[in-house]
Amino acid sequence: MMHAQGATVHGDVAAEAVPEQTIWAEHVSWIDRVPRWVSMLALMIGFLAVWQIIYLIELISPIILPSPLETIQDLFVVGKNLLTGDYMLLALWITTQEVLLGFIIAVVLGFALGVLVGETAFGERAVMPYLVAINTMPKVAFAPLFVSWLGFGIGSKVALAAFIAFFPVIVGTAAGLHAADQNARMLFKTMGASRWQTLVQLKLPTGMPHFFSGLKNAAVLVVVGAVVGEFLGGGKGFGELIRVAAAQLNTPRVFSLIIYLSLLGLATFWIVAWMQRRFVFWHKESVAEETLAQ
Amino acid sequence: MAVLSMAGDAIAPVGLTGRPVYELRGVSKTFARRNVHALDKVDLVLREGTFSAIIGPSGCGKSTLLKIMAGLQPPSSGSVVLEGKPVMGPRRDIGMMFQQATLFPWRTTLENIVLPIEIRDGKAAARAKYDEARQLIDLVGLKGFENVYPSELSGGMAQRAAICRMLITEPAVLLLDEPFSALDELSRDFMNMELQRICLERNATAFLVTHSIPEAVILSDVVYVMSPRPGRFVEAITIDLPRPRTLDTMADPRFGALVHRIRSLLDQGAFQ
Repeated sequence: MMHAQGATVHGDVAAEAVPEQTIWAEHVSWIDRVPRWVSMLALMIGFLAVWQIIYLIELISPIILPSPLETIQDLFVVGKNLLTGDYMLLALWITTQEVLLGFIIAVVLGFALGVLVGETAFGERAVMPYLVAINTMPKVAFAPLFVSWLGFGIGSKVALAAFIAFFPVIVGTAAGLHAADQNARMLFKTMGASRWQTLVQLKLPTGMPHFFSGLKNAAVLVVVGAVVGEFLGGGKGFGELIRVAAAQLNTPRVFSLIIYLSLLGLATFWIVAWMQRRFVFWHKESVAEETLAQ
Repeated sequence: MAVLSMAGDAIAPVGLTGRPVYELRGVSKTFARRNVHALDKVDLVLREGTFSAIIGPSGCGKSTLLKIMAGLQPPSSGSVVLEGKPVMGPRRDIGMMFQQATLFPWRTTLENIVLPIEIRDGKAAARAKYDEARQLIDLVGLKGFENVYPSELSGGMAQRAAICRMLITEPAVLLLDEPFSALDELSRDFMNMELQRICLERNATAFLVTHSIPEAVILSDVVYVMSPRPGRFVEAITIDLPRPRTLDTMADPRFGALVHRIRSLLDQGAFQ
């Protein structure tokens, strides 16, 4: 080997026998080679370690920042309560209902308005400016109004959740309707397609990927809306449990409730992502990448 | 210049016979809002079973002419008549093909091909055309790809499917808007020869818009050269090379002479 290298260095290449195969591998840095589960586990451990250190040196008062261990212990307590069908499961079920109903209303309303705005000149010119104006309002501020209109039950939370989540659906739907290119529109014209046929057979299918990214945004926002509604309007949901725990300075409980709540958001998000893979099969995209981008 | 002074007289190719299928008389188009005079008194007769091409610099009104012929735009003046009936909008006996195949990714090849039938006559009628569509798929050499989605087709294969979709309604005239210009050079030559074969087999009347002089010459019986702003036909050149032509025809000195003639006409236009 040493001899061979020496020969090459001296430019005596012609004299060397060319090997049968010249296979070589591109260098890939270790950070790009780490398996996903290893990197995720490492991040989790790192996070917990930093948390534990902050706790031990009392950088933040232990009264308001629990230790990781306390939090994990409380995760088990809450998990057990949920699994045995105790009052927390009831609270979770109430919040789930609010999320699902709010989501359905946001999707139906957002889709209808999105079609109006994306398909008709009337919608684009007259309706859209009002919708944009509504969207710029701090929607959370409407919570007391919804409570006074709809009471302390789930109605006011559903309304707030739908109100916070419906705008991305409008934007996604309307943007999707504009996604069909000039050629495709001309082709439909030459085939004598009616406006309705063009909408149903060309514009809506073309816009599906946009529509679904609107849905994914809505799926996340709807949980925010439901919980904020519970903070501000009482009721018996998960948000109320968090509020009570926080008032009692039971910070481990707050953390573990938030973690379980995030599972609810994750579940709605993944349902939408699954529907997208199922119904927009032609649009290949990595769900993980898009999740990261948000 | 001498040619332009003939404005008003019809510029017609010599030596072509056959039943007139598509007739344009004095077709002009002005876009009032932008004050653009896009087309000026264009006269054109497409005869049955002939292949015509127009060639001209960009902005000469080629696409405007094609849109008028497809019934996508009305002319400002003049008459547009296909098979004895005026063209007052899109018609099923007009087949059109674009630079992009424009296949819909949620439909299989077969479903894409019968789409024009489905739009006009409904789903049941479209299903009844499946056998015919399969025959067309055979004709263009796409056998075995009936049930795949467009993402699995190459650019050339997608254009073959677009040809089938154009032919499924049995149109009286085929309007081709630079159909293969998005393909690579090799596929493009090959697809042009395929197009010739398909047109000869079906005795199709075709009208091609292109930027490529060799492509216009190899495919056409007559090539119309257009001048820009306002777009009008400068000359009609009859291509009397024998059919079927092959890629070797491009080596024929007569082919070279025709290409040279068209190029010099276009160069004159550019420096006016």
